[in-house]
Amino acid sequence: MSERPIRVLVAKPGLDGHDRGAKVIAQALRDAGMEVIYTGLRQTPEQIVEAALQEDVQVVGLSILSGAHMHLFPAVVEGLRAQGADDILVVGGGIIPDEDIPLLKEAGIAEIFGPGTPTTEIIRFIREEVAKRTQKGEGKQ
Amino acid sequence: MFEKEKLESIRVSAKEYRERLEAQVKKRPERQAEFATDSGIEIKTLYTPEDIADLDYERDLGFPGSYPFTRGVQPNMYRGRLWTMRQYAGFGTAEETNARFRYLLEQGQTGLSVAFDLPTQIGYDSDHPLARGEVGKVGVAIDSLEDMETLFEGIPLDKVSTSMTINSPAAILLAMYIAVAEKQGVTPDKLNGTIQNDILKEYIARGTYIFPPGPSMRLITDVFAYCSKNVPNWNTISISGYHIREAGSTAVQEVAFTLADGIAYVQAAIDAGLNVDDFAPRLSFFFNAHLNFFEEIAKFRAARRLWAKIMKERFGAKNPRSWMLRFHTQTAGCSLTAQQPMVNIMRTAFEALSAVLGGTQSLHTNSYDEALALPSDESVLIALRTQQVIGYEIGVTDTVDPLGGSYYIESLTNEIEEKAMAYINKIDELGGAPEAIEFMQKEIKDSAYRYQMDIESGKKVVIGINKFQMEYEKPKNLLKVDPAVAERQTAKLQALKARRDNQKVKQVLNNLREAASTKENLMPLFIDAVKAYATLGEICDTLREVFGEYRQQIVF
Repeated sequence: MSERPIRVLVAKPGLDGHDRGAKVIAQALRDAGMEVIYTGLRQTPEQIVEAALQEDVQVVGLSILSGAHMHLFPAVVEGLRAQGADDILVVGGGIIPDEDIPLLKEAGIAEIFGPGTPTTEIIRFIREEVAKRTQKGEGKQ
Repeated sequence: MFEKEKLESIRVSAKEYRERLEAQVKKRPERQAEFATDSGIEIKTLYTPEDIADLDYERDLGFPGSYPFTRGVQPNMYRGRLWTMRQYAGFGTAEETNARFRYLLEQGQTGLSVAFDLPTQIGYDSDHPLARGEVGKVGVAIDSLEDMETLFEGIPLDKVSTSMTINSPAAILLAMYIAVAEKQGVTPDKLNGTIQNDILKEYIARGTYIFPPGPSMRLITDVFAYCSKNVPNWNTISISGYHIREAGSTAVQEVAFTLADGIAYVQAAIDAGLNVDDFAPRLSFFFNAHLNFFEEIAKFRAARRLWAKIMKERFGAKNPRSWMLRFHTQTAGCSLTAQQPMVNIMRTAFEALSAVLGGTQSLHTNSYDEALALPSDESVLIALRTQQVIGYEIGVTDTVDPLGGSYYIESLTNEIEEKAMAYINKIDELGGAPEAIEFMQKEIKDSAYRYQMDIESGKKVVIGINKFQMEYEKPKNLLKVDPAVAERQTAKLQALKARRDNQKVKQVLNNLREAASTKENLMPLFIDAVKAYATLGEICDTLREVFGEYRQQIVF
């Protein structure tokens, strides 16, 4: 198994401009040794899917605070699937009401990280999930 | 402030005190190795006259209502009138928000503050593809004058003051407000209120920009010029540090970057041919009230003194009203926790108290459930009641600037002013705020990261996050925006487009397109356009054709 660093796309779907969280997470992941690309604001699901493929990432982290997550998060997962990239881990964060979380997980978002989550918890989750997926991928070959 | 001999004697006894202190600390170490404010200003064990030995009362503090306004902008402050209690509100349709406004006015709120949804803030109609999922979510959806009429239905616009958090399309929403007032029989000179209209902090921290800096600054100076003649009591801009702080800046950076933005607006207006004293009295500011209590109070005082100096010395303003920094405050949204949310009521109360002790002109207190959702009727009521307790029950409003003269507060005020000025000099070297957007973004990002790491290391305590965690009850009755808002707005738009005089709309938009490429003041054209029921999206698209759109540099 190669030791190449985990590649992550941190993305801001929708119109909301609050990217403090996205930037803090991006920097924390980078400090944890991952390669991180940040999309900037106002990305459509299509743009995020395209960037994920182009950058060949293993993880997409979505951040949204405007309440448009039920529309935008699943659209990213669907877009990735349509491109055959359903091996990419998709996680999300922001102001997400509890009752929406099971629905988002059903739609293929692996985990939702709410306010107050330590960055260490997100790093651990990503490492574990990517390791699982890599093993599964190798098993298939 | 102190006689030389007295100061010398204090120095001697302070030396003795420090020896005793050292012995004590050696025996019993303090809780922390070092103490510092959120801005990293070192906090000493004790402040004495030594720390403000150079303070000159008349030069540095003066009297409230007089230069340099350190102690406040009015001679008697809250003994005359309390601050305006103004809760930011808006969600769903204009009908729903109108109901919330009436509820808040009935509960004793004294001013309105409109939150618009993101499509409105970025100049898209509710049926635009990019508006999907966003309509009515973080504020009210306004597509045309029709929605604005509904929003203020039954609210006499000559009796309330209205603040609108709108930036890139601020001039257009102000045009709608003027048009609604006209229908109520209220002339523009009777209108009171504020538009945020602060595009620079949108580029820096908040993100709802549309056009590039050049044309955006022109729209702002058009508003300055138009209002100075026609809407004289309107605050034409609210130069905002709030969002810079929410994005993670320190208190010092908040003051520095906000005033640097202010300098850029004043310069732009002067460059556009305006006389500084014709528009400067209507500039207003908007700050954050964060948790570090004394630093926040000192921050407000330092900002006031620094702005007065800038206006008088740098821009040569002659009218004392041009020197005054009048400001709105909102408590820090980013200090709220989703965990044990009732604790947020206390955080908000202390933050609000710092704003009052710092001399704010109006105040929004956050609701305890805002780390989870938009506030409910119940939580917003507690937030308003918090202000009323401060205003009516605890006696802090009975004298002006009660902390003035405190060795600590005055020393902190000096330090914040000095450090903010150093940043402003740096921004000047970079060519002013519009040229320093990426510099400011990087400074903010670094501070935000440091803050988060301090929480994760336990250096900074957040109750419920890294200390005193426990199981807690989640608030019920969280506000949920009806997902059918988008469909209702789309249906309204279709009906409007079928009903209005489309020939007329075409004509007003053509006039606007032509004027936009000249130097003509666009305010009268916006008023014509909204009265013809051209939609916000149509008007902004017309401007996009002429001005182009801003592309963000990614600073990370």
